[in-house]
Amino acid sequence: MNEIVGKPIDRVDGRLKVTGKATYSAEYFPKNMVYGVLVLSTIAKGRIKNIDSRQAERVPGFVGIMSYKNSMSLHFPQGADPGAGKFAEKDLLPMQNNRIYYDGQAVAVVMAETFEQAEHAASLVKIDYEIEKPTVGLEGNLSSKYKPAAGMGGAQIQAMRGDADAALHSSEVKFEQTYTTPVYHHNAMEPHATIAEWTGDNLMVYDATQSVTGVRSLLSAMLGAPSDKINVVALFIGGGFGSKGFTWPNTILTAMAAKQINRPVKLVLSRQQMFTTAGRRSQTIQKISFGATSAGKLTSTKHETISESSFVDEYVETAGLATNMLYSCPNVEVSHSLVRLNRVTPCPTRAPGEAPGTFALEVAMDELAYQLKMDPVQLRLVNYADTDEGKSKQFSSKNLKECYRRGAEAIGWAQRNPQVGSMREGDYLVGYGMATATYPANRSPSSAKAILYADGHAEIMCATQDIGTGTYTIMTQAAADIFGLPVEKVQVKLGNSAYPKGANSGGSQVTASVGPAIRAAAVGVLEKLKKMAISDNASPLHGHKEENIFASDGRIHLKDNADKGETYTQLLNRQGLQKVEALAKTNVSNRQQTESNPAAKGTAEASAEEESKTNPAVQEDEHVDRKPYSFHSFGAQFVRVLVDPLLNRVKVDRAVSVMDIGKVMNLKLATNQIMGGMIFGIGMALLEETAYDPNNGRVVTRDLAQYLVPVNADMPQLEVQFIDIPDPIISPIGARGIGEIGITGITAAINNAIYHATGKRVRDLPVTLDKLI
Amino acid sequence: MDKNPHPPIEDDSSSSSSGTSRRGFLTQVAVAGAGLTLTPLLTGAKEILPGAPPGPAQTSTVTLTVNGQKHTLNMDERTSLLDALRENLAMPGTKKGCDHGQCGACTVLVNGRRINSCLTFAVMHQGDEITTIEGLAKGDELHPMQAAFLKHDAFQCGYCTPGQICSAVGLINEGHARTDADIHELMSGNICRCGAYQNIVAAIKEVKNV
Amino acid sequence: MEPFKFIRANDPRGAISSMAGSGAKIIAGGTNLVDLMKLNIEKPTQLIDINGLKMQTIETLPNGTVRIGALVKNSDLAYHPSIMKNFPVLSEALLSGASAQLRNMATVGGNLLQRTRCPYFYDTAAPCNKRVPGSGCSAIDGYNRNNAVLGTSKYCIATHPSDMCVAMAALGAVIHVQGPAGSREIPFGDFHLMPAQTPQYETTLKHGELITSVDIPPMPYATRSHYLKVRDRASYEFALASAAVILNINGGRIKDARVALGGVGTKPWRATLAEKVLTGAVNSEQTYRTAAEAALSEAKPYKHNAFKIELAKRTLVHALKTVGGMS
Repeated sequence: MNEIVGKPIDRVDGRLKVTGKATYSAEYFPKNMVYGVLVLSTIAKGRIKNIDSRQAERVPGFVGIMSYKNSMSLHFPQGADPGAGKFAEKDLLPMQNNRIYYDGQAVAVVMAETFEQAEHAASLVKIDYEIEKPTVGLEGNLSSKYKPAAGMGGAQIQAMRGDADAALHSSEVKFEQTYTTPVYHHNAMEPHATIAEWTGDNLMVYDATQSVTGVRSLLSAMLGAPSDKINVVALFIGGGFGSKGFTWPNTILTAMAAKQINRPVKLVLSRQQMFTTAGRRSQTIQKISFGATSAGKLTSTKHETISESSFVDEYVETAGLATNMLYSCPNVEVSHSLVRLNRVTPCPTRAPGEAPGTFALEVAMDELAYQLKMDPVQLRLVNYADTDEGKSKQFSSKNLKECYRRGAEAIGWAQRNPQVGSMREGDYLVGYGMATATYPANRSPSSAKAILYADGHAEIMCATQDIGTGTYTIMTQAAADIFGLPVEKVQVKLGNSAYPKGANSGGSQVTASVGPAIRAAAVGVLEKLKKMAISDNASPLHGHKEENIFASDGRIHLKDNADKGETYTQLLNRQGLQKVEALAKTNVSNRQQTESNPAAKGTAEASAEEESKTNPAVQEDEHVDRKPYSFHSFGAQFVRVLVDPLLNRVKVDRAVSVMDIGKVMNLKLATNQIMGGMIFGIGMALLEETAYDPNNGRVVTRDLAQYLVPVNADMPQLEVQFIDIPDPIISPIGARGIGEIGITGITAAINNAIYHATGKRVRDLPVTLDKLI
Repeated sequence: MDKNPHPPIEDDSSSSSSGTSRRGFLTQVAVAGAGLTLTPLLTGAKEILPGAPPGPAQTSTVTLTVNGQKHTLNMDERTSLLDALRENLAMPGTKKGCDHGQCGACTVLVNGRRINSCLTFAVMHQGDEITTIEGLAKGDELHPMQAAFLKHDAFQCGYCTPGQICSAVGLINEGHARTDADIHELMSGNICRCGAYQNIVAAIKEVKNV
Repeated sequence: MEPFKFIRANDPRGAISSMAGSGAKIIAGGTNLVDLMKLNIEKPTQLIDINGLKMQTIETLPNGTVRIGALVKNSDLAYHPSIMKNFPVLSEALLSGASAQLRNMATVGGNLLQRTRCPYFYDTAAPCNKRVPGSGCSAIDGYNRNNAVLGTSKYCIATHPSDMCVAMAALGAVIHVQGPAGSREIPFGDFHLMPAQTPQYETTLKHGELITSVDIPPMPYATRSHYLKVRDRASYEFALASAAVILNINGGRIKDARVALGGVGTKPWRATLAEKVLTGAVNSEQTYRTAAEAALSEAKPYKHNAFKIELAKRTLVHALKTVGGMS
């Protein structure tokens, strides 16, 4: 067996990244390009009465201004594929009318020859508004809450089994608390950026996106331009965390502006603009109640979430979904309500739903453990869910008990004194906390192309993206194993909508979705090569059986006699072929919103589907009966904090994650992903919060000096372990995605550790020192 | 289940005050109609009404020495060193993350010292030796810090990486980091949202201890 | 950003004469000015680059005064051996500010003129009396977690953001300026202004005057000093509260005390009320607590920043304990 998968190899794109040669979307220089700068609304609700651009137009280098007054008309993107990106605000097509629904809404694009000129001109556009009173603040508007019919893509978000109220009423132990989380912003380091260039009817777009095919399909639908004339490229993306998963007005507007002036336009959001025009995580108010026996067995669980969305789209922060499956409990009620505010629409943010949801649930579990005078780990074991009781399905693979055991051992859980406020180190209070981490293991249809060249190198193409998660690398590893080639001989090409469509980079699904497709495409090539060799008189493998032929070291050869075989180069040269290629598409999906539709005729996907009918890897994969299974990753996170008792400064000292995420594709990269999630969680737990002006609803904390993300000095000593048992059901590769899960337990674990150290329970994130005084 | 009280928004494009058709691609800028009044956003603010034309942009000829190579540019004096590198010189290895000195992605070395290239004007750097991420490797041979970042997987998306590496090289040059805590502190001007800090510190320690 | 005329000054005279016009501004490190220019908060029509001036030295005068050139970079000052040894409070304050990169750019003169980080000052669409006199203060009834509790007025509650200035206030620094009318010295306490009715005026520096150097007068006991900064993030953040403390302790009594606070005042806050309590008192934790109460006795909380009063007291007590040997 070739075993590059699982090896902790360096990132294949690492050299480009450390030399500054990785090209991000703002870093192209089409000839004759102009710079576009967005003008944003400075009110949260009302209408534009007038736009006065006279001053702006006098700026040397001014090229044009686009606003609702002169912009091309757009179509609502009903036809766009919901499985590949979504326009962020379904009821607010950009610059189509004069209505303002939130502070920082895009109202004009100013274009000039240089960035400095465009910025200057944009600052001179005077906009006269008719101001209306905005709906400001979640707490003050709870009376308007309603229960949305469904979550994103039709996901079921209200759930009930048994009778939670009755069970709570009759339970021996009762617990109820409310938890609140603020608005968070993704703040990927790379700002949203687009370059759009029209050549006749052809549109070339470089866009910082988590879904090149999603952007293509939206541009096509909204602009009314044929999809096959649009090419969207995102070779490198400087982080997304969800904000680049939906398509925001900046992308569409850049294409519109480029059309208007008939020149390429580059438009990059400023950091300040990212706080109002590129999504955010919704604020939540979550009420959790438990009924339990005195032995800690849950008899009733209720999780009510109120989140907020904009007036232009309905996005639900599905905080309660994990509560429906994480613990064994006969009576569970999960509900989600929504309040509409004059804010930009929220969108998925690293572990959407689960990040704020597990914060509330796992702090509540900790509180219940203290109430019961039980060890928090023990409480979780007592309520361990062997099956997904919410879906009445078995888990495809679950090794959470081992996560608890190893995590507790790594942090030294047994040595802690469970007594609150009892532990000290020097002048500091010491606290230990733990929590369960979980995130669904998603999989969507994906296709890929594989090419083997006569010179012995292979190429893989897939329209998915590497947003920093390591997709380039692990897909190289997956393909290298099938071909029996060293990673240097495999080139994976991603981030181009012209390639066969792969999953969008969201929902921790790329590895499980794209991996099997790439593997299958490589298998498809290999099958062709084997057949060629078998029927070739001159091949040493002539007449042998396919199942006895294996690939390794750049050769195909007999499984039990490696000497009998030949190199790819020998085979292809003899056949007079420069390359052999195969398309593959795996239609497996466990996501409601990406139920597979047959590909449109004439597309690469359609060819891939056709070719996949005889692809053994696809056939084997698609014939696995996945209906009885629920797919989730799990983990246990343990934290040790130090709290300065005088100044209440909290320092996360150590943090341990033990993750059950199926097969580990690359230990080095996987460890980094989980550590990143933990750092993100430190920000969520202790630092980050987007503040709104209580009077006019405008964002106050609109830069990285006001919105505090963790810096190097905030970092604890991090330790990450993996169970590394392949998931036998999710895919032939056995790996589940890991982008999100790292953040799902850590926030609660930190909160629980602060309580253990100080005896103060802060149920409102972030836990800043003022809340501990 | 409660009904969604918020029906989709009505399309009131007909209220377009200019009366200009929005249909089709217009290349002309629509100018607002008569009766222009500006409501100052700031009540009582001393609003400067349109009148005086914006001043002309001043340009200067500047010679920048970047990675040992001299580039003579005629540029808008408002151009930050960062934009001069990324846009005027088409050297986008140096990144723009916040444009306000709050993230460190734009860190370059000027005369061996790390600075935020976003908060300085290019015209102020005539004669300075500017080193960017593109100038650290010697041909195919990576700078030891680049090699260490690669080996320790000290990044994910790679966007903050050029700034991190330049900053790390600056940190070593400065010679003030004695402990791990010093490295954490002295690298805190470089935000990595992917959270690769532990690996960044490991990479720096490896180079520092050589 | 508005266009400006860029002028390179070759000597102080040239810089001063170039400043004659009303829209002229000096640029040195640029860390604050460029930031504000990009947001159209500062709109100089003329920018005078003084980096070519010879004001980069740190020298010790015969009387023990340390004279710091206005163009000395924050990092060079912080790591200067005599500053580290004789005025640790200053070195620590500088190193607690900003980031290594910014400290390599920012100058001492510029730091004296650092402008507030009040988010409403930074948002040109929001009323702000400091930015647009007469437009109102958005912070007073808005989001004011980071705003000041000392020295506020009904026109402005913006915090002075500098760490260096807090240490210099405690050290009793003297600012040397040169102007069209000649040179003058400004005692540190007279340099920064409280907002009162005119928050747009932040210092007593007159237009056309150039800061040339800052003197730190000799203070042998300043070797026993400390700057403590408290913030949400472990680094790279402005203070929620900070304290600069210098104590001269002799025989269990505090002979002299210098105390200044940051993060809580509308200017670098010399806590003279605390100094009065400390001077002559027994060196004890009780004394520190009484001093901290005195330091904040005139504090006025707003909706989101009331915690700063308690935090500043604790910060001061903590810093006093460190310097007084009580920790």
